[in-house]
Amino acid sequence: MFSDYSTSELMSIFAMQGFAGLTLFSVFVLMALGLAIIFGQMGVINMAHGEFMILGAYITYLTSNIFSQWLPGLYGSYFFVAMIFAFIAAGLLGMLVEWLIIRHLYHRPLDTLLATWGVSLILQQTYRSVFGAREVGVSMPDWMMGSYPLTDLVEVPINGIFVMCLAIGTTCVIAALMYRSRWGIQVRAVVQNRTMAGAVGINTQKVDRMTFGLGCGIAGIAGSAFTMIGSIGPTSGQLYIVDTFLVVVFGGAASLLGTVASAFTISQAQSTMEFFLSGSMAKVLTLLFVVGVLMIRPQGLFTLKVRR
Amino acid sequence: MKSSGFWGSLFSRHDTLSFVVLALILLVVLPLSLDIFRLSLMGKYMTYAFVALGLALCWGYGGVLSLGQGVFFGLGGYMLAMFLKLESSDPESTAIQTTPGIPDFMDWNQITELPWFWEPFYSFPFTLAAVLVVPTAFAYLIGVAMFKRRVSGVYFAIITQAIAAILTILIIGQQGYTGGVNGITDLRTLLGWNIRSDFARYVFYFVCVGLLLLCIVISQFVSRSKLGRILVAMRGAEDRVRFSGYDVANFKTFVFCLGAAFSAIGGAMFTLQVGFMSPSFIGIVPSIEMVIFCAVGGRLSIYGSVYGALLVSWARTAFSESFPELWLFAMGALFIAVVLAFPDGLAGLYNQYGRRHVERQLDKWLLTLKSSTRTASVKGVAHERQ
Amino acid sequence: MNASNTDFVLAVENLTVSFDGFKAVDDLNLYVDEGEIRVIIGPNGAGKTTVLDLICGRTRSTQGSIRFRNRELTKMTESDIVKSGVGRKFQTPSVYTELTVYENLEISYPKGRNVFGSLFFRRDETIVRKCEEVAEMILLKDQLYDSAGLLSHGQKQWLEIGMLLIQDPELLMLDEPVAGMSVTERHETAKLLRRISENRSVIVIEHDMQFVAEIADKVTVLHQGKILTEGPIDTVKNDPKVVEVYLGH
Repeated sequence: MFSDYSTSELMSIFAMQGFAGLTLFSVFVLMALGLAIIFGQMGVINMAHGEFMILGAYITYLTSNIFSQWLPGLYGSYFFVAMIFAFIAAGLLGMLVEWLIIRHLYHRPLDTLLATWGVSLILQQTYRSVFGAREVGVSMPDWMMGSYPLTDLVEVPINGIFVMCLAIGTTCVIAALMYRSRWGIQVRAVVQNRTMAGAVGINTQKVDRMTFGLGCGIAGIAGSAFTMIGSIGPTSGQLYIVDTFLVVVFGGAASLLGTVASAFTISQAQSTMEFFLSGSMAKVLTLLFVVGVLMIRPQGLFTLKVRR
Repeated sequence: MKSSGFWGSLFSRHDTLSFVVLALILLVVLPLSLDIFRLSLMGKYMTYAFVALGLALCWGYGGVLSLGQGVFFGLGGYMLAMFLKLESSDPESTAIQTTPGIPDFMDWNQITELPWFWEPFYSFPFTLAAVLVVPTAFAYLIGVAMFKRRVSGVYFAIITQAIAAILTILIIGQQGYTGGVNGITDLRTLLGWNIRSDFARYVFYFVCVGLLLLCIVISQFVSRSKLGRILVAMRGAEDRVRFSGYDVANFKTFVFCLGAAFSAIGGAMFTLQVGFMSPSFIGIVPSIEMVIFCAVGGRLSIYGSVYGALLVSWARTAFSESFPELWLFAMGALFIAVVLAFPDGLAGLYNQYGRRHVERQLDKWLLTLKSSTRTASVKGVAHERQ
Repeated sequence: MNASNTDFVLAVENLTVSFDGFKAVDDLNLYVDEGEIRVIIGPNGAGKTTVLDLICGRTRSTQGSIRFRNRELTKMTESDIVKSGVGRKFQTPSVYTELTVYENLEISYPKGRNVFGSLFFRRDETIVRKCEEVAEMILLKDQLYDSAGLLSHGQKQWLEIGMLLIQDPELLMLDEPVAGMSVTERHETAKLLRRISENRSVIVIEHDMQFVAEIADKVTVLHQGKILTEGPIDTVKNDPKVVEVYLGH
């Protein structure tokens, strides 16, 4: 299938598709980071993660409407405000869900899966009732439009670059928070031994709630970023949930580095194949590849061998 | 009914009662009280009961939660749909196509020759075998690959879900070979017999009940066998079972395959009664809904899961007829409530509150039955003496 | 590696396992005789449980050999190791709490161990009698048809020992069998172990030195994955190295 293209054309195809892959990668990373914290650290299967993301997206949509109506002069900067709102809204909703449902289910991981699926159905219907069933789009601020020519053949869109920077930045903050801050140590302590952590004076309930909230908050940011590259509807979140779970599991659930690496692998594989095959076949092959690897190495790519 | 012999080894006294009650409801009460439209709707719900039944064994007994049961339901359904489609696509009725004699959707997709994997589905015996064998064999492959590598619990759930996603995308993407997102539609006859007539619908309904009851008997056999107890043991202390000399993976694979086979039967019956099969019954959403059928009825209960499937599907139809926008809320709340408040579902509630009463009543009833037969026989003897 | 046949029931040679560079068991040699009760002691993290895990196949060795009656175990599956005659009790009592004591024992009875064998398994006179016999031995005759979840901690330990006995293994490995037991229960357990070991070899991990003295033929002291010393209990107890790392002054 490569024979129809010249070498330089092939190179730029790979570069363009590689960049398209990087945008997908950014969304995957932002989605998967939140899930890696919730699933990898807390062991909760949050099937409503996609809906938390979409909440962030709708918040961004609302903010952009408010800005264009009341503060058109500041429209260029609405996105940053929207992102903060999205983080807070998704985070608060996450904490509410944790308090209402998740905290009763910490020792029953499969049941968290069913309960959060219920949450996702309720959220979807709520979005449909409030925002309508049709997809909505957000207009980008001017500075994010257009693209940056890298060579004659290769152009990279600026919104892609922005989303990518956002993903990298968030990853760094989360990594610092998990591995450098006192709170991060508490989270990891609670995860490894809940009873013991409680015994040494960590407020495990509070840590759980904050962790779940943080994970959902990041999903909110992911939703914000998502509006920059696509339109959103009530069920958009569901389209991504399986991919996101595979990203997290593939990387090795408890490893942030693994999550980033697997998001990279999966998104690159998919977008490169997409150019040569139909989109659906690319997706099928990517998922098959991931499932195949997981059958050979169920613990994921980046996990330590531990003594039982 | 005496609890002895073969029956007694499969059914406890209470199981017998549950079985008889369910059989009466399905065979007598529903057909007498519902018109053919509603009855055949019931038949459709019953096809989900096959899946729920399989999940009760797989998830309830074995602790193996599959979020991909739709795959087997769909495969079973597609196998039969392919046969029926070929039967309705004879060269005469498809004469207006560019290539007569092939299914209409292939013609629309500029395919001029029947793909090789469709060929065997001209044969009815092959199709019947394939309905059972293909999904079961697929489950066997998945089971062996995963359970031998000790993939279990959450990871198994996520991977089966991914498989459901893959199959849906594949079917939708390859529409020339599969009918795409619309599925295989416009199925009319089975061996020349109109499957849309009222008479056919009655027949299918009763066939469906018969198969369901058969699957229940099989489930009873499995759950009351030593294998059933091993599954329960495995759910609690897998390592202990393994170090008692059992190859745990084989047992999980077996129960997963059994669940797949039940689902496949359900899928095939669905195709027959509804007249089409599409990817919307395979993917993530239907697969997880089938889990909720089982959870609502009671994941540990063979009969509970059947009632769960019937009730939830019926509620869905009722709700979406009158308040379509409320249905998702109700369904969501159902998921949460079942998990938080009634982890053992309706069967759990029944065991807690109703069962004692029923058992007592049953005691009384059996006692009077016994004494009346005794007096009858005594009278008989006395009569002879006179 | 010396693969010559030995008279020992169990011959562990040059056994090493490392977890990401950390050697939990380091070049270990261990020989267990016919009918012997061997007790392994040592401080926490010495690798005691890991040794049992390695023998029964729960953990795979990095190198070395484990031969049971001159059959190499390191490449066999867990269930095959069990079938060849090795039984193992876990540190925390592991019984099937949702089944009755009788069903616990019946599942452990070595018959109908494959899928279809268990599907068409029929209870018969021999099995029922065998289960009753073992239940009597482990002092649970009166609880035979109670749910195992209702047993006390000590009774669960006995039940698990009983589940192993019914398999009639030639090598029985017990990880802290008297943990959480009262003094009387400990004595009963010691008596039980003495009786069981008449026709099989037993490896026990234990911390309770009094109990160790009561049952041990020979004691092996592990420290940091290596054997510190080995011998009769009195010699070991007075070994200055053992006092230093384990028993304390």
